[in-house]
Amino acid sequence: MPFWTIVYALLFYIATALLVVGLAARIRKYAKTPAPLKIPTTPAPVTRQGVVLRMFREVAFFESLFRSNKWIWIFGYLFHFGMFLVLARHFRYFTNPVWTWVELIQPFGKYAAFAMAAGLLGLWARRFLVDRVRYISALSDHLMLALLFAIAMTGIGMDYLSHTDIVSVKAFFLGLMTFNWQPLPEDPLLLIHLGLVVTLMIIFPISKLLHAPGVFFSPTRNQVDNPRERRHLAPWAAELEK
Amino acid sequence: MADFEIPQLKEYPVIPTIQEGVMAHSKPFVAKEEFQQQLGFPGELVDNWQQVAYDKMEELNGKYRSLQVFLDSCVKCGACTDKCHYYLGTSDPKNMPVARQDLYRKVYRRKFTFAGKYFPKLVGAVDLTKEVLDDWYSYFHQCSQCRRCSVFCPYGIDTAEISMAAREVMDCIGVGQKYCNEIIAKVYKIGNNLGLPEPALADTLEGLEEDIEDDTGVAVKLPLDQKGAEILLVTPSADFFAEPHVDGLIGYAKVFHEAGISWTLSSHASEAANFGMFIGSYENMRKVSLRIREAALDLGVKRIIFGECGHAWRVAYSFLNTLAGPFDFLDPKYPVPQHIMEFTYDLIQRKAITLDKSANDDMVLTYHDSCNVARASRMGPMPGGQFVLPREVIKACCNHFYDMPQDTIHDATYCCGGGGGLLTDDLMELRVKGAMPRMEALKHVVEEHGVTHMAAICAICKSQFTKVLPYYGFKMDSIVSVHQLVSNAIVLGNKQ
Repeated sequence: MPFWTIVYALLFYIATALLVVGLAARIRKYAKTPAPLKIPTTPAPVTRQGVVLRMFREVAFFESLFRSNKWIWIFGYLFHFGMFLVLARHFRYFTNPVWTWVELIQPFGKYAAFAMAAGLLGLWARRFLVDRVRYISALSDHLMLALLFAIAMTGIGMDYLSHTDIVSVKAFFLGLMTFNWQPLPEDPLLLIHLGLVVTLMIIFPISKLLHAPGVFFSPTRNQVDNPRERRHLAPWAAELEK
Repeated sequence: MADFEIPQLKEYPVIPTIQEGVMAHSKPFVAKEEFQQQLGFPGELVDNWQQVAYDKMEELNGKYRSLQVFLDSCVKCGACTDKCHYYLGTSDPKNMPVARQDLYRKVYRRKFTFAGKYFPKLVGAVDLTKEVLDDWYSYFHQCSQCRRCSVFCPYGIDTAEISMAAREVMDCIGVGQKYCNEIIAKVYKIGNNLGLPEPALADTLEGLEEDIEDDTGVAVKLPLDQKGAEILLVTPSADFFAEPHVDGLIGYAKVFHEAGISWTLSSHASEAANFGMFIGSYENMRKVSLRIREAALDLGVKRIIFGECGHAWRVAYSFLNTLAGPFDFLDPKYPVPQHIMEFTYDLIQRKAITLDKSANDDMVLTYHDSCNVARASRMGPMPGGQFVLPREVIKACCNHFYDMPQDTIHDATYCCGGGGGLLTDDLMELRVKGAMPRMEALKHVVEEHGVTHMAAICAICKSQFTKVLPYYGFKMDSIVSVHQLVSNAIVLGNKQ
């Protein structure tokens, strides 16, 4: 088996394990930590269905961000939904036969990569141009954008500049999933692209990327506004009553 | 008039350029030993304060999902950076919500996250040094916990939750804030924030009864500790003598009188406000809340109604059932607790009281949505009722009403600048500067519509505006209570 194939196979196994275990541990912590008080940002829905709808609007349209700042919203939306389509498009490298809906979005997925890159550039520009955002940006905030941008650009590069043997890439990943390793093409762009993706997977559960699961656990967004109708009591608070 | 620069009110709101450190000197007085101890906190900075603080931070992370999720989730997008009235009024970047949170987050990262432990420089993580603690004390007392940032954050991160945690940590290492902690101690000892003992309270209420009778010829009562009354009214103690608060209290009394319903105040729970929330102490907040339960049981009332008070209404509406419930001994026909606005609104809807709008013809009114009522509570059965009910009551009492610009009202309302335990003279500069966005919006309707008065339903808002309005060229008495308007307009003796 070629050297790089072994390295990348191991890297993907490790990264996947870290991503899954790390995220699961974090989500478990969020779920287990009680929210002792009712703190939805009001006006808030008075029913569970209402909360589901509020959360959907938040995740699908970035509702609060839209109210807040149109520039961040446009760039953030371009980036996130560009990435969403790009990721969906990548399912074709992990499924055989390729699912119909993945086939259908193929053409959009290609252009979505540009939307993703444009959104990232916009967000990055704000970190330099807006004094308030410059003030709150740490080195890690810049590196995170750099990482995502590099992933997008190497991906676009393989699509438009220097093609890789995509059939072999697919064979490599299908092989990983069935523990039947296949050689990975050794194009530099591909190796860089995959290396960066591995990096992203590893840092996901230990970085601000936790906002992805976090938003669903945010008490100001996921609580029902019914404190007078239903008594809300955390286990540790109930102890005080004994 | 002041030894600091008063912000200019502009034609249109302008986001200021950051000026680092300009408010670093703003610090409230530190609580004395005896008051710290009455609240169960150490009297002065403990020897191993750093470790005690870390332990407390870890404990709070396990107790509050909000804190844990908020500390992890911020992506530094910048959406909140221009939303805080203290940033807009001071230009100090540490008054941007995200930067304020980061004062806490950077210590959290250093001690409790992989990245902060091994790559502190990369993620901006630091230990809790004396300098960082000083910054905490300064800037976590420049947050009025108004939640405006949480409305605009894509993850709903509420800086108030972080401020509360930071204040709790500081209390636990012996660095409490004088204003809040002395007041809580007074509540335990005497029953209210102002330290007004029972005889003085009885005296005040009697005086008010005489005033009302002189004024109207009708014997409107303000009963105290009357067992068997239908309603227990819990109201901020400022309502007993401060202007314009007391005019609101007179309004509640007249409304109850006209409704023909028996009610009482309690000397045991003669305070609606709960400063336990400001310092983030669940235990103290619970202890303060339990007085209301005790008073309700002792007096044998059937309903609990809260007077005009913003943070009090948050604790009452959102937390009281949790902290001091269940209230199964009260009349299940009514929500527990109710807001006086819900009570009066209902009477108006049923035409059970008569209001003469012309009694307020000398005023052109606007309405200030108090932050904690707007973003942390509700009135009536519908979401957003907290915006509708007060406005409907005001409109039923006057002929001239105009709202301030849309982005400064409802859930986008600006804090008065004095909430969250900052209504103290040692923070005057902060209070004046923090009021700027509200003053700008007020100026807009004054010029546009000739507004003369601003109504509010929060004791802190009323006190704060009385103090800061003159700095911006408005009259101090241009702030009024909503029930003051009701008091002026209500026709007494109509429903006998």
